[in-house]
Amino acid sequence: MKLKADRAAFLKALAHVQSVVERRNTIPILANVMLAVRDSKLTLTATDMEIAVLEDVPASASRNGACTAPAATLYEIVRKLPDGAEVELDHPGGDAQLALRAGRYATSLVVLPTEDFPSMSAGSLPHKFSIPAQELRGLIDRTRFAISTEETRYYLNGIYIHATEADGIKVLRAVATDGHRLARVELPLPEGAGSIPGVIVPRKTVNELRKLLDEASGDVGVALSDTRIQLHVGPVTLTSKLIDGTFPEYERVIPRDNDKILRVGKKDFSDAVARVAAISSERSRPVKLSLAKDLLVLSASSPEQGTATEELDGDRVSYSAGPLEIGFQARYLNDITDQVGDQVEFLFSDGAAPTVVRDAADTSALYVLMPMRV
Amino acid sequence: MTDALCRDCGAVAVAAPICPSCDGVRIVRHAELFQLHIAHVDCDAFYASVEKRDRPELASKPVIVGGGTRGVVSASCYIARLSGVRSAMPMFQALKACPDAVVIAPDFPKYTAASRQIRALMEKLTPLVQPLSIDEAVLDLSGTAALHGAPPAAVLARFARAVEADVGVTISIGLAPNRLLAKIAAGRDKPRGFAVIGAAEARSLLAPEPVRLLPGIGPALAKKLSALGVTSLGHLQALSDKDALRRLGDDGPAWVHRARGEDSRRVDPARETKSISAETTFASDLAQRAELERALWPLAEKLARRLRQKSFCTSGVVLKLKTANFVQRTRATKLPGPSVLPDALFAAATALLAKEIDGTAFRLIGIGANGLLPLDQADHADLADPDTPRRVATQTAIDQLRGKFGTAAIMRGRGWR
Repeated sequence: MKLKADRAAFLKALAHVQSVVERRNTIPILANVMLAVRDSKLTLTATDMEIAVLEDVPASASRNGACTAPAATLYEIVRKLPDGAEVELDHPGGDAQLALRAGRYATSLVVLPTEDFPSMSAGSLPHKFSIPAQELRGLIDRTRFAISTEETRYYLNGIYIHATEADGIKVLRAVATDGHRLARVELPLPEGAGSIPGVIVPRKTVNELRKLLDEASGDVGVALSDTRIQLHVGPVTLTSKLIDGTFPEYERVIPRDNDKILRVGKKDFSDAVARVAAISSERSRPVKLSLAKDLLVLSASSPEQGTATEELDGDRVSYSAGPLEIGFQARYLNDITDQVGDQVEFLFSDGAAPTVVRDAADTSALYVLMPMRV
Repeated sequence: MTDALCRDCGAVAVAAPICPSCDGVRIVRHAELFQLHIAHVDCDAFYASVEKRDRPELASKPVIVGGGTRGVVSASCYIARLSGVRSAMPMFQALKACPDAVVIAPDFPKYTAASRQIRALMEKLTPLVQPLSIDEAVLDLSGTAALHGAPPAAVLARFARAVEADVGVTISIGLAPNRLLAKIAAGRDKPRGFAVIGAAEARSLLAPEPVRLLPGIGPALAKKLSALGVTSLGHLQALSDKDALRRLGDDGPAWVHRARGEDSRRVDPARETKSISAETTFASDLAQRAELERALWPLAEKLARRLRQKSFCTSGVVLKLKTANFVQRTRATKLPGPSVLPDALFAAATALLAKEIDGTAFRLIGIGANGLLPLDQADHADLADPDTPRRVATQTAIDQLRGKFGTAAIMRGRGWR
């Protein structure tokens, strides 16, 4: 294998693939990236056995071949090369070292045999559709904060994606919950997604995909089966296993009859939450919302530090139902308001029942929050 | 003059080897006897002693309290110990060592009652009583001399007599300037003992002892220390803090201080050990996941029942396994939310168990609560588990039926065999 590549293009691809490599690895070859040249084209691959990322890099290749080299080391080296450098890679084959040269810099890296590099086969992926990158970004941002990290209910460790109907309109729906909050986001159903199975996309895959989407524009190609999902984002192909489990029947926990409606400016609200919550360093302490006609009082207290309150009145708050007191974790409130536009809408039932939160101007996303005792 | 006390009649300043007031020979002498006020109280062969108290015909027989032929020894009387029987020894081994032993299944409610009786007697001596287990406690008697009209040593001797008379079991007492030395003293004169370690002699007294004497130094650490040439407490005592840190690691200086008999822990009545668990030793070793899960389910039910009885729920679960070669594995996890439901405890523990199934044969499995919380925090509705209220209702119904008709009245399908 022999080739020359532009440092910037090579670095960008390395950054993508090395990000799936686990820092602590018991299987040495999983710390490596595979570099393969075939038909004058360079392809980088990295995997953690759950996710595989594959990326084509523009290069001028003079000899076919393949080897695997330590991903983190290679990335660090290329990152430190000067801007505009041309990187030359040369691997004669077998277990010889990989030579990397750039200008007057030269290094030799120990390689591991490509035969040992695990290949993750996607199998057949019968369902194919595409989503604009921007919409996929919105779908992830508005759900991933609610993904659970608990091990016992592993089927909550991802975003549940499925096709369904909402008010007679076909939609692609994404749901995530950790038991304390739930996020549900809908997109118009893309063509070809009508008969997809419900799948749970693991948290790490979601996060890797989200990173790739930062730079992406245009459409993202999605292909999936019951057990695998494959995403094509520009030059990158990300293949991932899906979580083998049953997502809970989330529809049953979404309240239908909450009729006490609060509308409040998002910025006024989230700033006030942040200010009153600052009294306590304990993250799980609740912020109390006390409601009366067109008046919202936020308060928090800490036995060690004291108390704090802030009032939002008729100019900024609209509420016409009876008095109500309810508490929520400050971080949970902010995770939701971070995803909302100008006006946030709360639909309460009582101080102990799940509350619905949404963007007053956008019905595509809906959030449910469990109250805390205050 | 060395202070002295007759443990049988409480006479002080006894000079002769035999007490002039009662002809007793159990006289304790020590230069610091009437200045010391930290006492470690340990019941002698507690479960076995309670059984002997209730069955006097067993008084001169070796008695082992423990379960089944494959269970372990919970307690053995001093006669059985002469044959080499020890606590936690597998029953078959104990019976090999002492074939004529009388084996009695443990009757925990009875032992708990006796323990409470003893604790009540302790609390008459001082409010600073910290129970360490069912048969062990540490007491701080400082400042009680005026109240009792006698120094702690005399009060304790009187207390030992009261326990023998009222509860019918014997205890051993260690009296010292701190908790560590008191514990060591209590172990030096068992059974029915009263040992004193003073501040002045602590260092020289400990120096020739093996490092294993210190609570907290087990076989693994002792081996590590021995590899460094440290086998006696004297070796440890000789190290400077800096050397200890360099050679033994972060905990080194603490071990050196303890080897010198220094201990600043206070007696804290609020710090009762709060751990609730249930475990079982198998009749024959198990390696299969299904078999282990079958053994785990009744333990999850038992743990849930014990938690509920004490008005607790738990935020986490510990799984305990012991391999056929007596290697212990403990694994912990957090629950989705605080719970006392057997199926929630079981689900968390089986998730941990699944990772331990690798062909290893296990002789014991246990489940414990990790992170006790008040019962009212248990099993609140959860967005990811809409059936929680229904499961709570089912369990409440099961508990009520069992309360009326006994545990066997109703059981889950998975408990059926």
